Amino acid sequence: MLFLVAVATFFTLGIFAAIFYFAIRYRRRSATELPVAQHGAMVLEIVWTVIPFALTMVMFGWGAEIFLRESHAPKDALQVFVVAKQWMWKLQHTEGKREINELHIPVGRAVRLTMTSEDVIHSFFVPAFRTKQDVVPGKYSTTWFKPTKAGKYHLFCAEYCGTRHSGMTGWIYVMEPQDYANWMRGGAPSESLADDGARLFKELACANCHKADNTGRCPSLAGVYGSTVKLTTGETVTADEAYIRESILQPNAKIVAGYPPAMPTFQGLVTEEGMLQLVEYIRSLGGKPAAGGAH
Amino acid sequence: MERETYLNAGYGLKSWLLTRDHKRIGLLYLFTITLFFFIGGAFATLIRMELMTPQGGLVSSETYNKLFTMHGVAMIFFFLIPSIPATLGNFFLPMMIGARDLAFPRINLLSWYLLVVGGLFALFAMLAGGVDTGWTFYTPYSTTYSNSWVIATALGIFVAGFSSILTGLNFIVTVHRMRAPGMTWFRLPLFVWANYATALIQVLGTPVLAVTIVLVFCERVFHIGIFDPALGGDPVLFQHLFWFYSHPAVYIMVLPAMGVISELVSTFSRKPVFGYKIVAFSSMAIAVLGFLVWGHHLFVSTQSVYAGLVFSFLSYFVAIPSAIKVFNWTATLYKGSISFATPMLYAFGFIGLFTIGGLTGLFVASLGIDVHVTDTYFVVAHFHYIMVGGTIMAYLGGLHFWWPKMTGRMYPELWARLSALVIFLGFNLTFFPQFILGYLGMPRRYHVYPPEFQVLHVMSTAGASILAVGYLMPMVYLIWSLRYGKPAPANPWGATGLEWKTASPPPLHNFDETPVVEHEVYDYSAVVGEGI
Amino acid sequence: MAGHPQTETLALREQFNTEAQQKDAATLGMWIFLITEIMFFGGLFLAYTVYRRWYADTFAVASSSLNVYLGAANTVVLLCSSLTMVLAVRAAQLGKRRALVMFLILTLVLGGVFLGVKAYEWNQKFVEHHIPGPNFHFEGAAQQGPAQLFFSLYFAMTGLHALHMVIGAGLLLMLIVQAGRGRYTAAYMTPVDVVGLYWHFVDIIWIFLFPLLYLIDRHLGR
Repeated sequence: MLFLVAVATFFTLGIFAAIFYFAIRYRRRSATELPVAQHGAMVLEIVWTVIPFALTMVMFGWGAEIFLRESHAPKDALQVFVVAKQWMWKLQHTEGKREINELHIPVGRAVRLTMTSEDVIHSFFVPAFRTKQDVVPGKYSTTWFKPTKAGKYHLFCAEYCGTRHSGMTGWIYVMEPQDYANWMRGGAPSESLADDGARLFKELACANCHKADNTGRCPSLAGVYGSTVKLTTGETVTADEAYIRESILQPNAKIVAGYPPAMPTFQGLVTEEGMLQLVEYIRSLGGKPAAGGAH
Repeated sequence: MERETYLNAGYGLKSWLLTRDHKRIGLLYLFTITLFFFIGGAFATLIRMELMTPQGGLVSSETYNKLFTMHGVAMIFFFLIPSIPATLGNFFLPMMIGARDLAFPRINLLSWYLLVVGGLFALFAMLAGGVDTGWTFYTPYSTTYSNSWVIATALGIFVAGFSSILTGLNFIVTVHRMRAPGMTWFRLPLFVWANYATALIQVLGTPVLAVTIVLVFCERVFHIGIFDPALGGDPVLFQHLFWFYSHPAVYIMVLPAMGVISELVSTFSRKPVFGYKIVAFSSMAIAVLGFLVWGHHLFVSTQSVYAGLVFSFLSYFVAIPSAIKVFNWTATLYKGSISFATPMLYAFGFIGLFTIGGLTGLFVASLGIDVHVTDTYFVVAHFHYIMVGGTIMAYLGGLHFWWPKMTGRMYPELWARLSALVIFLGFNLTFFPQFILGYLGMPRRYHVYPPEFQVLHVMSTAGASILAVGYLMPMVYLIWSLRYGKPAPANPWGATGLEWKTASPPPLHNFDETPVVEHEVYDYSAVVGEGI
Repeated sequence: MAGHPQTETLALREQFNTEAQQKDAATLGMWIFLITEIMFFGGLFLAYTVYRRWYADTFAVASSSLNVYLGAANTVVLLCSSLTMVLAVRAAQLGKRRALVMFLILTLVLGGVFLGVKAYEWNQKFVEHHIPGPNFHFEGAAQQGPAQLFFSLYFAMTGLHALHMVIGAGLLLMLIVQAGRGRYTAAYMTPVDVVGLYWHFVDIIWIFLFPLLYLIDRHLGR
């Protein structure tokens, strides 16, 4: 940022100074004076093309590096789930604690957010963390950050979403580890997300086909999270949260090799929050930890 | 006996509303876009007044959302996009190339009517209750959730889009086929090059906006699901389609302005623009590169990381031709004969403010920085620096420069210089604090905001009130000059260019005889003595 | 050659210096307009391409439900109409008024046939409940959403194309009337030329639509 400000200031002041100087030094002194025409100088053109271009490439590289780093959360990040809707933020920790428009997190630990919207596009914006990520209905988007200082920080919705867009704000509370632990313990006891998911799994009769011992018509889901799955088309995909969500809503989009297209769709039968609970439950059945992927 | 000019060649409403004369059509546009400028300005005034206090109070959230939407729609589609090409371009492009009119005069008139009809649709939407989607009308809010006059506004923009396409088509054919003998490509004034490049963008980009609007219309009316995730659609597809036009659109807004600045800097330094061919090609480069960077509006919208890298990289490319222009204009001043007439003051203002605006573009082109500043006031400040600090200043500069030619009258120089200064100061006070606001985290399109941002907002509103005065002043004295201004000679500025060879105001057919061009462009030795 | 304002004629409007310049300008203008039309249709082609990739299976099944024979027949009809249009242009160039009128009428008739077949096809879709909206239902697809998307794009694209054909038919009608009155001569037949370009373009759009909508992955759908 400082580099850009420096370059911008340099060129701004440079141009301003040059214009100021030339305008005064070469101001018209007589009505009939005729300056000598200067049509151009290729060398000058090349110089003031190449140097700015080199500077912009530095800017690109630097910015790209930051962006790429931001797009892959560390494997040990704390996972939080976010559902945005007009005009509030619903957040849930894996242990089950729910928050509305607030997020309590411990200082010094990476936090990864998996987010979706129930209605229109929103955007999760925490200026202090230099974090912003659009939250889109119909898909998951992710972002991560690692707070380094305890305190209270603004949370804003940064994508215009209707009447109370400017009211869709909240706070991120970054706490010392002890305070965070206390906060986690306090309040009404709640089931973990995975437990909620387990209950939904049973209610929606998923267990009838997805038997744990692989005797059902469909593959067992133990260990599937994060693994590589082979499809009937021959392609392989990683079974991340987006894959699981798609499998529930559009089961025929990707069918596991060796299995029939027998799964019905659960579109309209599961809310976004329910979806996140199911994802957490399936993750809890084992398999690789949450992969990176900021989108 | 009064000399025959295009102004007295016919009287009455019909002679204006059914005219085929590009000069009269230019004035029809001037009237229309000025109207929309003040409508958009009225919305801006209300916005800035509301933002003086963190909790609002002047209007409801719903109304506020409509205000910023309609401000954007009016200013972009009904003021900025037509502004320079349809007023100054229409009037002067044929004259600059030595032609009697554009290639298709009746299509030119149709273009104006399309803008008016589109404008009426938009006005209807504004009066009937307004639209609150933001000028970018992202889905699914605009297609499914908004309860405002989306379709009427979209139709207005759709119709106005065809106005833009037809103007572009007219300009391209005119420049290719109607140049006077001796007017080779590299003798064309840079204003012509700029409008030509703009016309290319208009014809290639605007149709994509048109079909996007058709899809939004179908989605909203028939619920076909193209942008609705519940039916398998992708809301982000809209963003790709929308920005494919809307990014090049910003070059439609700034390229003609750059063309004006080339004319002003050259005339008021009495020197050819330094690096003429480079500046001409840079306009073309901007037109081409401008189509390759739309994804930089989607860095945080779930676009793939790799796409982001490509678009960021290309966005830095498109900055370079603009930088080249700024350097060439500055070099033109070197050893020139600099006059501080009002048009030149506007040119200086443009170069300064466009430089700042353009440099902040480098900030938002950076992936890492954009994550922080996108959708904040930083971006708002960035584009206002270019469109208002840039385009509008160039437009006013051009208007003053060519006013004597169009009307046969000089404007009052002292008042004009004063307005230019007031506008420059008012503008900076309005928009510079917004860079800081954005960097500190103030999101855009916010009706209410945390109290720590208030000081900067108050500064911005104070600037806006000064800017408003600055814009009202030319309205007053330019109209005054129509009656009381000093009669203007053919070439008051000692400028080169074929338009200055004919009387002020020009005769109906521009030239008494088709000019034959024998001089190179910007040859001031050929006009020594004129304009004294 | 001085550029004094001359008496305006059809072949030489006052803004032009020579008739050749006017004809050149008109032709260039139409070409540019056609390029804008490519960009206009392009948006729909892009949307179709994106969703085809996303929902390849559903799109294949939906595509197979279209009547490929009618589509092919329509393609032949349109190609023939382009032939008659070219013959009309040639007749105009040779100053043959009767041939010009005849070929223009033939082109119009063939265009009408195309539109008639299209109307029949759309009616079929209506009967089969394949028109997007509250009554949409497509057997053979587990998810109705993507199937409806296919048909939405189908109707949008063929509908936009049909609209352009109707406009083309209107232009042809105008040409027929004017040609009948003897307005076009070998020296001035620019409108025929220019409408010819437009008609060929509308034909070419269909040449792209037919394979995209009817033919690709047809075998997968069964």
